[in-house]
Amino acid sequence: MDDIIQMTQKGLYCTEGDFYIDPWQPVKKAVITHAHADHARWGSQSYLCACEGKNILRARLGNHAAIETLNYGELKRVNGVVLSLHPAGHILGSAQVRIERFGQVVVVSGDYKTAPDPTCTPLEPLRCHVFITESTFGLPIFHWPDTEDVFSDINAWWRRNQEEGRTSILFAYALGKAQRIIAGLDANIGPILTHGAIENFNPCYRNAGVNLPPTLHVGKVEDKQDLTKALVIAPPSADNPNWMRKFPNRARAFASGWMRIRGNRRRRSVDRGFVISDHSDWDGLVQTISATAAEKIGVTHGYAAEMARWLRGKGYQAEVISSDLREEKANTGGAATS
Amino acid sequence: MKAFADLYRQLDETTSTNRKIDAMVNYFQTVPPEDAIWSVRFLIGRKPRQVVPTRKLMEWASELAGVPDWLFEASYDVVGDLAETITLLLPKPTGSSTRPFHRWVEKHLLPLRGADLDVQKKVVCAAWSQMDDGQRFVWNKLITGGFRVGVSQRLVVRALSRYSAIDAATISHRLMGEWAPTADYYEQILSQDTQDADISRPYPFYLCYPLVGDPESLGPVDDWQIEWKWDGIRGQVIKRDGQVFIWSRGEELVTDKYPELKQAAVSLPDGTVIDGEILPWGKDRPLPFSELQRRIGRKTVGKKLLLDVPVVLLAYDLLEAEGRDIRSISFERRRAALSELLAPLSDNRIRISPAVLGKTWQHLVTLQRESRSRGVEGFMLKRCDSMYEVGRRRGNWWKWKIDPLTVDAVMIYAQRGHGRRAGLYTDYTFAVRQGDSLVPFAKAYSGLSDAEIRQVDRFVQRNTLERFGPVRAVSPQLVFEIAFDGIQKSKRHKSGIAVRFPRIARWRQDKTAEEADTIEALKALVPNLQ
Ligand SMILES: [Zn+2]
Repeated sequence: MDDIIQMTQKGLYCTEGDFYIDPWQPVKKAVITHAHADHARWGSQSYLCACEGKNILRARLGNHAAIETLNYGELKRVNGVVLSLHPAGHILGSAQVRIERFGQVVVVSGDYKTAPDPTCTPLEPLRCHVFITESTFGLPIFHWPDTEDVFSDINAWWRRNQEEGRTSILFAYALGKAQRIIAGLDANIGPILTHGAIENFNPCYRNAGVNLPPTLHVGKVEDKQDLTKALVIAPPSADNPNWMRKFPNRARAFASGWMRIRGNRRRRSVDRGFVISDHSDWDGLVQTISATAAEKIGVTHGYAAEMARWLRGKGYQAEVISSDLREEKANTGGAATS
Repeated sequence: MKAFADLYRQLDETTSTNRKIDAMVNYFQTVPPEDAIWSVRFLIGRKPRQVVPTRKLMEWASELAGVPDWLFEASYDVVGDLAETITLLLPKPTGSSTRPFHRWVEKHLLPLRGADLDVQKKVVCAAWSQMDDGQRFVWNKLITGGFRVGVSQRLVVRALSRYSAIDAATISHRLMGEWAPTADYYEQILSQDTQDADISRPYPFYLCYPLVGDPESLGPVDDWQIEWKWDGIRGQVIKRDGQVFIWSRGEELVTDKYPELKQAAVSLPDGTVIDGEILPWGKDRPLPFSELQRRIGRKTVGKKLLLDVPVVLLAYDLLEAEGRDIRSISFERRRAALSELLAPLSDNRIRISPAVLGKTWQHLVTLQRESRSRGVEGFMLKRCDSMYEVGRRRGNWWKWKIDPLTVDAVMIYAQRGHGRRAGLYTDYTFAVRQGDSLVPFAKAYSGLSDAEIRQVDRFVQRNTLERFGPVRAVSPQLVFEIAFDGIQKSKRHKSGIAVRFPRIARWRQDKTAEEADTIEALKALVPNLQ
């Protein structure tokens, strides 16, 4: 697609710098945009990520992984190219990868969002010649409501459940989304409980200076305790009667961009669907792409074919970059990314 | 509009019956009668028919959203629901409106019917610009004729009953028949004076559930009256004040569609209401249901059709006699009164549905095998001492149907579903083998588990051969056992046969398309009626 980077069997590859970006097979040098499981995989010899994301990546990859870091904006010369990482606003430590060679600039966005999020550094718009963008929600039906409104809805829902004597169980992706929600909850309403998968990542956030209200791991709660005042945050995989035994009177909700579509809401048969995503909505994608002033756009993830076609209609040179996530689209109601 | 949209959201969000009733009661407490009456009308399923062409709505919404046609289609494909796709695509509203719901319906929605396209466009776009997502969705559902929400008429009746402290049967009765959605009528529905005057008004039908399991569990056979289960249209024939009214179960006044029954009913005494089945009748047995379908679609019928497809009413029950509501006396006594009433009638187009005599349940099991050759679907079981209840109830009445017919068929087309499964491919067309090719014979969209549906959905996405609008032709690989209640020859179908109530019995993952049944095997199931 370009002389600076190519798509290969193992993922996006920069020949000159001899490194891969978010490879899906083990490689020598991996540059990681962020620590979600579909981007950060085990087995590579060395990893490079943004400083802000090191702890999370460590938690994901284990003690033995060799992890190097760069501050946002710090330049690193790798053979003939200059590499730097820039905030993507997706989750703590998420980065866009900028590669420059002879004045030619390529940016790989990773996942990103334009909506406000106090748990990570906001997206930095970059100018470049080639922009490789995600398009998880690359259809014009995806518009996110104001984040503040969503949080006041969540808090109001929690209060109402309390009045009705029901525990509020909110399902959210364990890394990033869960912490963003915890940060937006009104801790004066009641105790915030967490599933283990979520509690695992909370220290990474707190150590990075992110202000999260106190949380308590569900496993530490006494069996007979009255939990109807609590809000429980759990990953979607915990949505089974066995895990929820402790909360016989409960209201369930799911927080995800997919909740924008009624069919997804109903299929999960949750009481509420809160539309909140760590990806950009349609307008966010379009604005970010436009701000790069790039002529060539590579589109990956989600509705890539539709997004690329639309961009071509607007005069861009746009093409779909096939990713390893071919299954993803068949699984729109799912939780692969949210 | 906002209050109604909020109610819709609350009803849509919960599966709990109690919460739904709470939401409705709360709504009735807060809105004025002129709004409430329209809501009641829509909630019980009397939605307006489509007033604006779908194509046009898509065009206007695309224009406002600045989205090309193909991208609208792609979005529609993902959302699976037109009203919702439009809602999600439209730009943010430029204003809001406090116009009450009845004004929206009476001054904006209803006049759309038959209006010029320019006018329609102006009204619809103006409405969109003043509504939030929730209101737009409900509005779009109403103007596309697709308004549906997860409450039954019975649930609405329960809510109204709780709100007004009037018993549910009275409210249910008042909601039947034809009425104008006015504040006055709303007051009448909730009126404490239960001496209703309207002479046309039918009673709510008593419906029953299928019997699953062993009939022996019902106790002594002598406690039950057994009748054949006829496959026609359930109806009520009313004779009051010298006038005849015929109602179908769909609560449609169908008097003029069945002039021969109207004529027969004239000789009934005033103050009579009979519950029965309208059936197309040959010499001594019913004609296939598809014959009746030729009459259902028409408001009035011509001479030829009257000759080709004569109908009779097989009377089941007597609900009103000598102007008195007798639903609470025992079935046995109502039935005796019915038989006494019909005996002197010279016109046999209204006749009693004969009782089937069985000494034991086992004897009945044997008799039931004659169902198909008699053109019936099995038995109706009614407890002799049962009263005539309201709505679908378990316990005193059961339908005991014969096992369905089945064939193994191949899925060849798929379409996305609606409601809870919107966005997933859930509606399928099935074919049987005919030489080297496949011939479609049935559409079905129920019978699979959620997990199976997801699996089939994935298969459809990966094995699409061709697209025809929302329909995908898929590679013919998946085999399903299709069950149906009846089968007959049909000139209108490519396969030459028509099946009744086809549904998916199970997914035959053990079979390949080559092992599916043939059209010959299917045709062999057609009963040989003279
Ligand atoms: Zn991610």
